Amino acid sequence: MSNSMNDTTRTATAPVPNNPNPIAKQDAMIEIDDVSFSYDHGQTNVLRNISFDIPAGKVTALIGPSGCGKSTLLRCLNRMNDLVDTSKVTNGQIRIMGQDINASDVDPIELRKQVGMVFQKYNPFPKSIYDNVAYGLRIQGIKNKPKLDEAVERSLRRAALWGEVKDRLGSSALGLSGGQQQRLCIARTIAVSPRIVLMDEPCSALDPIATARIEELIAELREEFTIVIVTHNMQQATRVSDRTAFFYIGELIEYDSTAKIFSNPSVKQTEEYITGRFG
Amino acid sequence: MNPFQSSSNARKSKDAFGSIVLAALTYIILGCTLFIFYDIAKKGLPVLMPVFSEKGGEVLNTDFLTRMPETLVEFTDAEGVKQSLPSSDFIEYTKANPDAVVENKKTNAYSGGGIKGPLVGTALLVLVCMVVALVIGIAAAVYLNEYAKQGRFVGMIRLAIMNLAGVPSIVFGLFGFAFFCLFPLIPVFETGLGTDLPKVAIPMFGGHLIFKSLGNSLLAGGLTLAVMVLPVIIAACEESLKAVPKGFREASLALGATKWQCIRTAVLPYATPGILTASVLGVTRVAGETAPIMFTAAVALKGKLPWDSPSDNGIFWMPDFLTDSVQAMPYHIYTVAARIPRTDATAAMQDGSVFVFLLMVMAFASVSIYLRIHFRKKLKW
Repeated sequence: MSNSMNDTTRTATAPVPNNPNPIAKQDAMIEIDDVSFSYDHGQTNVLRNISFDIPAGKVTALIGPSGCGKSTLLRCLNRMNDLVDTSKVTNGQIRIMGQDINASDVDPIELRKQVGMVFQKYNPFPKSIYDNVAYGLRIQGIKNKPKLDEAVERSLRRAALWGEVKDRLGSSALGLSGGQQQRLCIARTIAVSPRIVLMDEPCSALDPIATARIEELIAELREEFTIVIVTHNMQQATRVSDRTAFFYIGELIEYDSTAKIFSNPSVKQTEEYITGRFG
Repeated sequence: MNPFQSSSNARKSKDAFGSIVLAALTYIILGCTLFIFYDIAKKGLPVLMPVFSEKGGEVLNTDFLTRMPETLVEFTDAEGVKQSLPSSDFIEYTKANPDAVVENKKTNAYSGGGIKGPLVGTALLVLVCMVVALVIGIAAAVYLNEYAKQGRFVGMIRLAIMNLAGVPSIVFGLFGFAFFCLFPLIPVFETGLGTDLPKVAIPMFGGHLIFKSLGNSLLAGGLTLAVMVLPVIIAACEESLKAVPKGFREASLALGATKWQCIRTAVLPYATPGILTASVLGVTRVAGETAPIMFTAAVALKGKLPWDSPSDNGIFWMPDFLTDSVQAMPYHIYTVAARIPRTDATAAMQDGSVFVFLLMVMAFASVSIYLRIHFRKKLKW
């Protein structure tokens, strides 16, 4: 607690230069504080001294050219990078709901129950639609059939998929179209009731119509979840996000409201990127 | 004029020649294989199914499959007809006809009766082997592929496993003989040993914990075969695990699964088809091995099946038949091929055994192919 007090005073007195209108601390769901990250035991940092706060109940877009570290940062937020043996956060802290998520007493399993993730390539299990959505609850040990039924229906409704699949919950998820499979993955993610949903280019493998449906879905889900979305598509960032962070070669260049970033960016690099002059 | 006309006839004929040579070599191999199969079938099929023999007969020679191997007795009866009977039948014959004339009596070891003993023995050896090899193999593959940090040490383990696959089977046989048959591996608690103690005897609870070796036994043979097939199983399991898309693991972990939950629910189910296919192929190989079992498990002749009154092994927690020796198809074939002369009377056992064994191995291979096709259709991602 004292930790977050300190932070409040620090941010209030000396705002980070790239972060001209910091979010009031009580609204920040995720606080990223001077984070550096390395995939090779700390020899080279792919993220360097990133600091910004992600507000609760909003959609935050991470944009930037390929290799800029935005996906890496996203994977730091639910510690999916733990899967890479040689990776490590070399500097700074990531706090979610005030807790340093890399602290030794943090169980990544518990963290991931709160911080769900939707992947670039839709990846439903080769099981039935029902079993896919129920997966997260089942591994938590929930076996109660009515409870699972209820959660599956609620999640599928929430993911705007219920109407399309309610008559074939028992059939294979792989029989769905790409867009439906991705919405199924979203349903699977929200079935475990996370606080935060991370989306790693969720539409990059989808056609424009399927993309539009996912974007609508994101707009609906923002009230319930804090959403962080990595996207290559700048129109998508303007359509779905409230705030946008622009990254370039491992550094946070600019972070502001989406409207400001896309209409009147304060950094020249941002402007060049969003107008398509590079990246 | 044709602008695409060939500029060099020499190049063209060289090309044609090359493809003919390659095709010819391929067809030579195919021809050899087909000839071997044909020859075995031609000689062996009439033994198993006499209806196909020149003399004709019943559709299936059930005796050949359901009788134990025994000595074959050849003789000439009173009418001067040549007969050959398995020894037990011969004894009954002489009992039934006490004054029958038996002339020119001649016995041939191993060549009478049927091959029930070797068939059952091979099935049991394969069963023991595959249970052991699959448990250890899957565990090792899961550890190497999912848990172990990929580094020099794991690389060395992989290299060692690969080398193990290249070790000649006779070496495995001798290893199995030394380690499983002779080395005292099995802890047994015994009381009342008196002063006649083995080298290692740990006194406890008023008795002694001693160690027994397995001797020439089904278990020793199965374990030896398991060691031999382990590298194949581990490699195949690792391949199957690697073929499971990374997305499944990520999705599972991102939903809050523990590592083991992830492996159990999102990796192993989708690796099973590959593991299954590989293990059936492993069975094919194990079933045909002679060298590893000839020192460790197999005997040439045995009057009974393993579970028919096996000798007491003195190990209360281990079924007696596991420590009893068995007959096995490959060793039986070796015996009838190498230790008895080929005559009209013995040829049936020789050809029939080989034919049935070939069918058995082909059946396993077919199962493997079927499984592969079946799962490929069913599991796609």
